[in-house]
This record gives sequence, structure tokens and C-alpha cells, in this order.
Amino acid sequence: MSFSEGWDTMGESIVVTSGKGGVGKSTTSVNIGTALALCGKRVCLVDTDIGLRNLDVLMGLENRIIYDIIDVIEERCDLKKALIKDKRCNDLYLLAAAQTKDKSSITSNQLRRIIAELKDEFDYVVIDSPAGIELGFQIAAAGADQAIVVTTPENAAVRDADRVIGLLEKEKLPTPKLIINRIKSHLTKNGGMMDVDEVVAVLAIHLLGIVPDDEQVIRAGNLGEPIAFDNSPAGKAYRNIAKRIQGEMVPLLVLDREVSMFRRMKKWFGFA
Amino acid sequence: MVNGVKPGITIKGTKDGLLFYLDDSRPFSDILSELRHKLEDDHAAKIWDGPEMNVLIKLGKRQITKLEEMALRELFASRKNLIIKHFESDGKPYLLEQESEIQMRVGTVRSGQIFSFEGNILFVGDINPGGVIRSTGDIYVLGALRGLAHAGSQGDQQAIIAASVLKPTQLRIADVISRPPDRWDESEVGMRFAYLVDHQIAVERLVHLSKIRSDKEWKGNR
Ligand SMILES: Nc1ncnc2c1ncn2[C@@H]1O[C@H](COP(=O)(O)OP(=O)(O)OP(=O)(O)O)[C@@H](O)[C@H]1O
Ligand SMILES: [Mg+2]
Repeated sequence: MSFSEGWDTMGESIVVTSGKGGVGKSTTSVNIGTALALCGKRVCLVDTDIGLRNLDVLMGLENRIIYDIIDVIEERCDLKKALIKDKRCNDLYLLAAAQTKDKSSITSNQLRRIIAELKDEFDYVVIDSPAGIELGFQIAAAGADQAIVVTTPENAAVRDADRVIGLLEKEKLPTPKLIINRIKSHLTKNGGMMDVDEVVAVLAIHLLGIVPDDEQVIRAGNLGEPIAFDNSPAGKAYRNIAKRIQGEMVPLLVLDREVSMFRRMKKWFGFA
Repeated sequence: MVNGVKPGITIKGTKDGLLFYLDDSRPFSDILSELRHKLEDDHAAKIWDGPEMNVLIKLGKRQITKLEEMALRELFASRKNLIIKHFESDGKPYLLEQESEIQMRVGTVRSGQIFSFEGNILFVGDINPGGVIRSTGDIYVLGALRGLAHAGSQGDQQAIIAASVLKPTQLRIADVISRPPDRWDESEVGMRFAYLVDHQIAVERLVHLSKIRSDKEWKGNR
């Protein structure tokens, strides 16, 4: 990456949100960012979860942070200097959140300016947002050209996702895209879980991808080695999502397709 | 003036324009013919030619239909300089709300959103859990009703709620509140509607709507 070379095509900024906490926004941000970088794109991840930063941990970059986003805003260093280069991908960078401040230490306009500057240098700027629909979420959404809403197939998560979609529709953003995370195979599903079809029917937005529930994701997060490098179904799911973000048509994972085909047939015969 | 009785139409000039008082105790057809006479009769009509003037029409206690409004406007159209600014009924909207009228809206009511309406509404789209659709009249949802619907929100107990998929978190008609599965059977599928009987909300399959909307029933050709 070089800040001086003139690239006249502007990058795209994508905010990852959910409403409900703990559904996998940060995991999704890191893996989409990594997968896009693996496709040869220049990617910058921006952690806006001020006070609860964790993208650095998920990427294994914790011990490399010198400056964070608040240092940039308060002009203790310039943007370029605050970017942390990924260990594995040459074109993947992180702008870390501050751990010691709170959400009110950044404004929409300040973030908008940072994102605009990053878009000059990167193909994709992926913004991880804090949970909830309050200030932190609104600020994160302010700098984005696109939005991805992450949900799990649980009722409560879907309802919160719906709320967030409604709020995003009021912004000038295009209709957000959906990722359903932590899909369990139909055998281990329990009450309160919805099918992919049901979630999509309720939320009525474009489905960008589905990610299986997989222990490996948690392990990868703990090790700071994003699952997107991996050949597991979850890793593949994230790489497929990255392809779809770039406009490729990639079918949903075969496993899930079979599940839903089976279910559809059951419905057809009237005992589902 | 006509037959020496008190005129059905009184006209007053004000600084805002001409005020037309239409007597609300006379049949509307009488008012129309008297107005036509006043506006078209060449003898009386002389006064009308002149500079542009605003016209305010006072209907008294009377409310009129869209058709009646059009009839009035047509009469005034014969005098190019008379421009109707507005109609007014005492303390009420001047237009009669037409029971049979139904308006359509398209969209999705998402969690945390409230869609409020006056009159009968055909909503094409879903009302999601946590979303609210509310109307003073009937609510027909061509889509899935999974949130809260409140029909007859100003107290109309005749109002109904119908949906292609009726799976609400709560239903309200006038001031009666009901929630599943208290009163209706979850397992039932297909289009259903909810209405009030004995101050309770009942849910039936849509084919039974003719029971409570018999005036609207199409009986088929003999
Ligand atoms: N597909 C998955 N399979 C299994 N575990 C997952 C999956 N996705 C995320 N998790 C786990 O769920 C937990 C929460 O994930 P994550 O931190 O990404 O959520 P978040 O939405 O960013 O949370 P917060 O709202 O706190 O920011 C983590 O322990 C993560 O490893
Ligand atoms: Mg997070």
C-alpha cells in the first residue's frame, strides 16, 4: 500500500451491524476483511466499538497497537501511522478502537472524515460497529456506503436485526444485505430457532450468505487466526461472502441447500 | 329569492374573497340548482365578471361526498374568475368519509415502526414482530401480519383485521385487546380475519367474512 500513488477509483465502505450483541459482528468483519484481502483487494478494518475493542484480538494484532482511532481524532498521530498491518495478508490493515475511552469520544463527522480518507487508499473499508441502536451504532453507520446486518437464526436476534434494518432504511444507505450466522444443522436445532427461509421471509432483504455454527470459529478467534484462512465450511462461507460482495454469483453452501431442499419437500407433502 | 322563501345560498364579500353559505337544512339538489341559477343566469351573472376572486364555501353542518364536491366545482368552473379556495363544514372535515373506500399502501413495517392510518387500509407487505399497524377503519394485510394490528382505533367496533398470514403478536379492535393463543388456534392456516363479538375478538377463516359484511356480499349471477 502506498498513500502517495494516485488511485482514482474510490473504495467502498461497509458497516457491519446487528442490533443484538454477540451475534458475530466482529467475527464477520474480520473474516470478510480477511477473505477480501485474500482475493487481492486492499482492505482496512475499522473497529468503532470504542471501549470494547476486539478486532485486534481476533486478528492476533493486540500486541502491535501503538495508536488507535481516538489518537487519530485527537491528532496525536496521523491516520497512516495508526494503521496496523496484518501478520499474514499484505493488503490488510486495522484501525483499532481505543480501549480506555467511551462511545461519546467520537462524532459522526470525525468518523466520516476518517473513512473518506481511507476510501482513497483502500478498495474496501469494513467498519465493525458496537451492538445496540444507540449513538455508537449511528456513528458507525454514518461513514458507510453499504451495510451488512448480521443475525443468528434466533427470534430475538432477528427482531433486533429487523429494527436495525428499519433504522438503516431511514439513512441514505442502500438496502442492507443480510448474513445469517451460527446456523445449526437441522438435527441439533432447538426451540426458538428459525429456518434460513423464515429469517429471509421476515427481514425481506437480500441474503449475502449463511455461516454454519462451528467450534472452529471460536477457536480461531481465540488464537487470533481468522477462520477465513481455513478450509472449514465456515471459512469457505466467509470466502463465498467476500466473492458475493465483489459481485460474483456464488450459490449458498451445498450442505445448507440440501437441508432446505429437504425441508421444502416436507412442506410440499404437508407435514412440516 | 326562489318562490320568496329564505335563500338557500347567501353570499358575502370579505377581504379574503367571496363567502358562499350553503344552507344545510335544504336538500343538496336544491342548493345545486339555485347555485346554477345564480352563476349561469345572465342577468344575475353580470356581477360575476370581473377580476379573479377567491371563493370559500361554507357548508354549515353538512358534509359532502367527493361527487357532490365535483358537482359544485363544475358549476363554479363556468365562471373563470371564481376560484374555489376551500370547503368548510362546522367542526368536521367537509368530506364524508366513505365507508366503501379503501386505500392501499405498500411496504414493510419493521420492528419499532408504527404505521398509522385513517380509514380502511389495504397494506401490501408484512408487519413484522415488534411493528405496529393502526387504523381507524378496517385493516387488510396482503402479506404476513406478525406484529400488532389495531383496527377501529377511534372506537369503531365494526372494524375488522384480515391478513393473508394472520400470526400477530397482538390484535386490537376498538378498545378490545387479544393475544394468541388465548382466543385463536395457532395451527390454523390460510387467510383469516378478526372481528368483535360480545366485546371479544374472534378469528375466522376469510370465507366467513360475508357473515359480518353481508352488505358487501357478491351473490353471484342467477
Ligand atoms: N459461526 C460461528 N460459530 C461459532 N461461534 C461463533 C460463530 N460466530 C461467532 N461466534 C462466537 O460468538 C461470540 C461472539 O462473536 P462476536 O464477538 O463476533 O460477536 P459481536 O456481535 O461482535 O459481539 P458484540 O456485540 O459484543 O460486539 C464469539 O465467542 C465468537 O467466537
Ligand atoms: Mg463486536
